Amino acid sequence: MNKNKTLLDIIGPVMIGPSSSHTAGACRIGFMAGKIFADKICDIEFTLFNSFAKTGFGHGTQLALLAGVMGSLPDDTGIKTAFETAKAKGINFNFNYKNDTSKHPNSVIIKMSGVSGSDTLGNTVEVEGISHGAGEISISKINGYKFDLRGDYVTLVLIYKDAPGVVYHVANLIQNQNVNIASMHCDRNAKGRVASMGIALDNNVSDYTLQKLSEIKDMYFIRKLEKIDE
Amino acid sequence: MMINTFKDLLDEMSSASCDKIYEFIENTEADFLEIKKDDFRLRVKKILDTMKNSVKAGLNSSAPSKSGLCGENTDILKKSFGFSEIEGNGIVSTSSGLGLLSPFQKRVALYTMSVIEENARMGKIAACPTAGSSGIVAGVLTALGDELNLSDEILINALITAGAVGEIISKKMALAGAVGGCQAECGAASSMAAAACTYILGGNNEQILNAASLALKNILGLTCDPVAGLVEVPCVKRNVFMAIHALVASELSMAGVVSKIPIDEVVDAMKETGDLMAGSLKESSEAGLARTKTALGIENILRQKM
Repeated sequence: MNKNKTLLDIIGPVMIGPSSSHTAGACRIGFMAGKIFADKICDIEFTLFNSFAKTGFGHGTQLALLAGVMGSLPDDTGIKTAFETAKAKGINFNFNYKNDTSKHPNSVIIKMSGVSGSDTLGNTVEVEGISHGAGEISISKINGYKFDLRGDYVTLVLIYKDAPGVVYHVANLIQNQNVNIASMHCDRNAKGRVASMGIALDNNVSDYTLQKLSEIKDMYFIRKLEKIDE
Repeated sequence: MMINTFKDLLDEMSSASCDKIYEFIENTEADFLEIKKDDFRLRVKKILDTMKNSVKAGLNSSAPSKSGLCGENTDILKKSFGFSEIEGNGIVSTSSGLGLLSPFQKRVALYTMSVIEENARMGKIAACPTAGSSGIVAGVLTALGDELNLSDEILINALITAGAVGEIISKKMALAGAVGGCQAECGAASSMAAAACTYILGGNNEQILNAASLALKNILGLTCDPVAGLVEVPCVKRNVFMAIHALVASELSMAGVVSKIPIDEVVDAMKETGDLMAGSLKESSEAGLARTKTALGIENILRQKM
């Protein structure tokens, strides 16, 4: 469970119904995916799995996912009209539905494409998200690299060439800002030599630090995700 | 300081010489969030305002939910109970009827139905403690507010009292149907509403927690078996039953009926019951109402809508 829960999370949050997992959670996954892409989106392809696929329609899951990618948070009344908004913005979107028991019951893959391309990941970014229930979510994969991003902390997302000392280097730059690391999750792609790192921080880091981090040799992708705050 | 049980709460309150649950909790929560007490109350007010608005929105709509499984019931109740908007007096009932439910209970039923149907049609609600049980605390509180002409300050106190009950229950088990069945959603909501209601009726702390205990004790074992996996059948009508259930608990407690099992032990029992409950009855729609002949028929029709 989220350690930061307070009484306000019990009597709230304020959200668009009907389901904290299938509507609010879906919206948060979309929101984080949109922030990870962080560029003008032209095409979005959603693949809904299992319970998301089976019961999504009645829960407005598709609307919530799409609205989230476009920047809506779960209390935005605009969720209901997300399809119209996307059309007006010229964003193409479509939904696929799959049953896959190897996946979490409430999971989705969001494939976003733009024009200019998102850093060196190319112009397509694929984000996998899970809605754990009670509105809690996590981003479990970005372009196949494993993460565990929960949206409850300011988080740095890094994808880089695996080499000795990168973790030290990154931690050092953060330490120089006197910022405490709440948690760190590293993973290496089994096949290649590319690794990923998700770092949850107790405080924000400056643009200067981000710049320094991006200057690390063979840093392919870097994002700072703000804490999801409604 | 960690409050994990209702006993902890009362012990901590007594060592802090604080005799109101809401007063103690608003101070500890504000400290935890590192904000001023008034700012904490403002955040609670935002949730209260959402509750009021969701009642209003629901009362003025008869639009069906996306699945079409509900949306008409608020209007049915409003008409049958004879509630209408009267300039300057808000919503009042002119119903005579048999009177099995008092005019106040009818108001609670109507407001609760209003919120939970608004939830089903993707309206804005406060998930208290969950979206699927959002009608209960909202319905009871707003109905009391209208009936007794209560100030926001009193309603905020009541909502904090309800929140304290929910938060302490949640220390032992997650308030989610997938974890504990409906007892952890509508059951917890009913317990929270009973506490809020008892605070408003002027009950002392023992009576408030006793009401919460009575409400919770009498929903143990409630499963979560929603038709087609949607927050509609039986959730919508169940919210109404659980709101009235909260009133019974509160009245019994105020009259002096005492739960033989203290609330902390009731919560332990609820956790144990939730753990023992089959997964097929915890929000997976693999048993119970969700697997009835009619439910399967509904599921088939909805699948074609996708």
